Amino acid sequence: MIAAPTPFPETTPYWEAAAREKLLLKQCASCGEYHFYPRALCPFCFSDRTEWREASGRGTIYAFSVTRRAEIPYAIAYVTLAEGPTMLSNIVDCDLDAIRIGQTVKVVFKPSESGQLVPMFTPA
Amino acid sequence: MSRNGFAYIAGIFEHPTRKADGKSLALLHAEVAKGAIEDAGLSKNDIDGYFCAGDVAGWDARGAGPFSIIDYLGLRLRYLDSTESWGSSYLVHVAHAAEAIAAGKCRVALITLAGRPRADGFNTGTSVASDGLSAAEAQFELPYGPTVVNLYAMCAMRHMHEFGTTSEQLAWIKVAASHHAQHNPNAMLRDVVTVEDVVNSPLIADPLHRLDCCVISDGGGALIVTGPEIAKSLKHPPVRVIGAGYAPKHQMGGKIDLTYCGARWSGPRAFAEAGVTPADIKYASIYDSFTITVLITLEDLGFCAKGEGGAFVADGNLISGIGKLPFNTDGGGLCNNHPSNRGGMTKIIEAVRQLRGTAHPKVQVKNCDLALAHGTGGALGTRHGSATLILERE
Repeated sequence: MIAAPTPFPETTPYWEAAAREKLLLKQCASCGEYHFYPRALCPFCFSDRTEWREASGRGTIYAFSVTRRAEIPYAIAYVTLAEGPTMLSNIVDCDLDAIRIGQTVKVVFKPSESGQLVPMFTPA
Repeated sequence: MSRNGFAYIAGIFEHPTRKADGKSLALLHAEVAKGAIEDAGLSKNDIDGYFCAGDVAGWDARGAGPFSIIDYLGLRLRYLDSTESWGSSYLVHVAHAAEAIAAGKCRVALITLAGRPRADGFNTGTSVASDGLSAAEAQFELPYGPTVVNLYAMCAMRHMHEFGTTSEQLAWIKVAASHHAQHNPNAMLRDVVTVEDVVNSPLIADPLHRLDCCVISDGGGALIVTGPEIAKSLKHPPVRVIGAGYAPKHQMGGKIDLTYCGARWSGPRAFAEAGVTPADIKYASIYDSFTITVLITLEDLGFCAKGEGGAFVADGNLISGIGKLPFNTDGGGLCNNHPSNRGGMTKIIEAVRQLRGTAHPKVQVKNCDLALAHGTGGALGTRHGSATLILERE
């Protein structure tokens, strides 16, 4: 079962968007950098002028590992988004033994324990 | 630390237990403290500085932090440092103690570590955290099932992808540790293993096998750090702290690179302070939560070039008496002991044994006058603190 995220007041737009099957990213209006995970203050320049952007949902697998010693084996992964930042996620709806670094993936949304949808990725 | 502000590790103790069913965490801390004080030839009332991390009994009790254990041990202090850097805390404590002693803030510092995760049945490597929800990243990570082992496994996977590192090369690190552990009567795993044994053991999280992972053990350790006057009046050969470096590494706002760790920064800082190079080091204690931890750390410390760690560790190069860089001659976390899931303390202790010339004769490095100890606290794949110490026998 997917553990439910516990949002902060300042991250609720991310989770509300996820509920509508949209992946949001933060981009800094001062330095122009995207970052992940989303913060109110830019982790690069500390500006408070960070703005939500809708991500393309496309990316490539930077690294992954299939956890074999689990009730149901699963693939944890770092996915590098088309916009630049790399985020932790799972690779789902595929043959776990066929996952490769560099593979292109697209975002999908899966319900967690609370019903809140969370972004995951599947081969594109 | 300044060149005229040297401090010395004058007392060491590693608890012999590996499963502490009959002992509380508080008692384990007391026993290791007593052991190190006696090893130094001092008494408890000589201690005026105390250093501990989040493994101490009572840490989570309301309003307690380090005070519960100080009360229990009956320490009367003028200096306290409870820097928490997980498994690397104790190397940081040595550096901080050296600075405090040089500044005249205390004279004799005690550092303790203890834990009983094995007696408590804690699935250290394979359980997903369910607490720490005030951590800003928790909501963006916990839904995906991060565990200690799969976070390190992703580093191994990426290293293999970029540099062609193989499971067989990683296995050599465990093989070397097992060669050393056979001589340690307290080691949890004393059987010598082969590369085949490692790669044929069950996969826990690809590409890490069971034998790529460290043990889960109970026990602990303690150190006494003091200034030159006291250290040179005691019975053991003085072991001087000549260099220390520290660096946390994190996800860099999403600019993630799993092929290196904080040792890339802590190592050069320690070497520069000590005025020595990796080629000068006779013995290295390298944090070995997993085989991949050792490989990436060795590269980042400069023992070989980035990407060449696989070739460097292969063919017994880390085995004392055989290879060029004897490492973890107590068997390390992979075979001997990983008390409280924090391996930094035992790394320092074995380095001091090597410098004193009191490691097991089968693994003692000849003329060992310069050693390195490195600790990694946290997870290589997300956030961790790297601490490097360089120690010299006078």
